[in-house]
Amino acid sequence: MAKKITDRVTWVGKIDWELKSFHGDELSTDRGSSYNSYLIRDEKVALIDTVWLPYDREFVARLKEEINLNQIDYIIMNHNEVDHSGALVELMREIPGTPIYCTAKGEAIIRGHYHQDWNFVRVKTGDTLPLGETTLTFIEAPMLHWPDTMFTYMSGDNILFSNDGFGQHYATESLYNDRVCMAEVMQEALKYYVNILNPFSPMVMRKVKEVVAMNLPLNLICPSHGVIWRETPTQIIEKYLQWADAYQEDQVTIVYDTMWQSTRKMAQAIGEGIQKASPSTTVKLMNAAVDDKNDILTEMFRAKIVLMGSPTINNGYSYAIAGLLEMARGLKFKKKRAAAFGSYGWSGEATKMITEHLQQAGFEIVNEGIRQSWVPDTDMLQACRQWGAELV
Amino acid sequence: MKKYKCDICGYVYDPAVGDPDSGIAAGTAFEDIPNDWVCPLCGVEKSDFSPVDE
Repeated sequence: MAKKITDRVTWVGKIDWELKSFHGDELSTDRGSSYNSYLIRDEKVALIDTVWLPYDREFVARLKEEINLNQIDYIIMNHNEVDHSGALVELMREIPGTPIYCTAKGEAIIRGHYHQDWNFVRVKTGDTLPLGETTLTFIEAPMLHWPDTMFTYMSGDNILFSNDGFGQHYATESLYNDRVCMAEVMQEALKYYVNILNPFSPMVMRKVKEVVAMNLPLNLICPSHGVIWRETPTQIIEKYLQWADAYQEDQVTIVYDTMWQSTRKMAQAIGEGIQKASPSTTVKLMNAAVDDKNDILTEMFRAKIVLMGSPTINNGYSYAIAGLLEMARGLKFKKKRAAAFGSYGWSGEATKMITEHLQQAGFEIVNEGIRQSWVPDTDMLQACRQWGAELV
Repeated sequence: MKKYKCDICGYVYDPAVGDPDSGIAAGTAFEDIPNDWVCPLCGVEKSDFSPVDE
């Protein structure tokens, strides 16, 4: 169902309540998501982005209820991952000659996906497209989060169509940030930033500052996923400037895996030691094999110190810890301290191996870690408390 | 002449090869590339490149 945003702009996207994972299974989307597409009706008519491929027919059918497709003068593709470009084939079947405005990288990506020789119009930062009373201005934003990404600013209605930037995987029928639970939205916005945008924080910082310096009047930020930022849209810009700047809180995140509870006991004792030494520090324990991987990464992002523990198994560490180490490497966390711990039976390689991987992932290693054999006794647990206390 | 690697996508600029598609002739040192040149793979700026230690 289309939703009117302003006299000229209508939301024509798809709310996906059922979506529980994204990028295959790389990103959990517990609260669903939306694929936001926007129809602008000025003297000229422009469509900004489409929806994910499985909903292509539904999208086009609903768009037809809203407008005669032949009245669409321009299609603007801010980013061409399949969750936004997926309905293009179905749409272009109906209006094959309609120009598609995108970056040069965007054209290459659309061609690479759909292998169609559509009417592409390449745009660069500063290029404009007058629609009548309003004008679209394009702002290239490479690697936020793909090479093709751009923002589109609509003067007159003062809307920034930011695509994945400022987005959240959050399904709601209520459309606006001021109509939903803000705690939920901010949690999803943070999780989205950490898991998708954090590797590109230097570009985020530069691009957001560039957009702020343009001093554009800003009534709405309309991302491609989740709610539209209507109430104080600058709040998410301010958050991005914080998150992109080696963000951390006074938090220690202890991530562990355990086979027979020994490493879990160590984790708990370490947490107790930290909490006693520094009562104001937030301590969070997360089981790598049980907790959601993207929630764990989000809590690693918030932390100033990350402790990672695994029992030694087959001369190595657990599969869940291995996955998180690889994901943490890719997310390029900045200015975070880390150390490893774990229990073992006879060989005990895990702690050293995890330490090496943490270092390769860009963490500043605090010490060589702590490892204990078999089941920790009272003295061993006290040693864990002491080890934790000395970290803060 | 030093090679430079894109910090973001990993593309390596090799002066011996240049970037002819963007008008950078083979034999052009990284330092001599115009400042408006961007990474041919991911589009980020010249300042996002770091020298490759060999």
